[in-house]
Amino acid sequence: MSTVKIQLPTVLRQHAGGAKTVEATGDTVGEVFADLARRYPALAAQLAPDGDLGVFVNVFVDDEDIRYLDGLDTPVRDDAEITILPAVAGGAR
Amino acid sequence: MSLRLPAQIKQAMLVHAENCYPEEACGLVAGDRRGLRMAYPLTNVLASPTNYTIDPVEHFRALKHAERQGWELVGVFHSHPHSQAYPSPTDVRLAPDPEWVYFLIGLADRDRPQLRAFRIHDGTITEIDIEEETR
Repeated sequence: MSTVKIQLPTVLRQHAGGAKTVEATGDTVGEVFADLARRYPALAAQLAPDGDLGVFVNVFVDDEDIRYLDGLDTPVRDDAEITILPAVAGGAR
Repeated sequence: MSLRLPAQIKQAMLVHAENCYPEEACGLVAGDRRGLRMAYPLTNVLASPTNYTIDPVEHFRALKHAERQGWELVGVFHSHPHSQAYPSPTDVRLAPDPEWVYFLIGLADRDRPQLRAFRIHDGTITEIDIEEETR
């Protein structure tokens, strides 16, 4: 079981006691997020409102976007760094 | 509420908005306790005149670059190529962070681009006065 660090965007830190970085365990991104949801239930609703990655959330393992890997099945090594970013979008219409 | 805006950062945002015209330009802004430090002109993956989404990989790289300098991402900028520099209902609905500054560049008159700054919190838009610096 790998222990990883997860960097949260400012908008999610309020759901993790204000922490910029939190730890969780798992062998895939999905397992890590499940553990994260157990530790911080308020984060769970933000990350997976539809039972999958939130539409407005981007996830990187070390320097790689998991959309180009195996999504939530992407394996994580011990001491990996997961970065969660909000999608940044808008427009005149 | 007011914000000091270095001339180089303003120029970077306006140049990106003009270069991307007639599509919406977008980017991120980094800063620290001393103020705003960098504007990152980034790719609008929608390549649209009416909507933008920042390329997530470029967002990640901007974040890591900012962190290496000891900065944080503190805001986002984008242009409205054919309308005023004011947040649209879409901008308000999708605003990801109540702590961020939202810079809007309006190019309804391309010879006189408008630049305004806002906070967007729980659907409420608050304008921030910009104090332009000369450096």
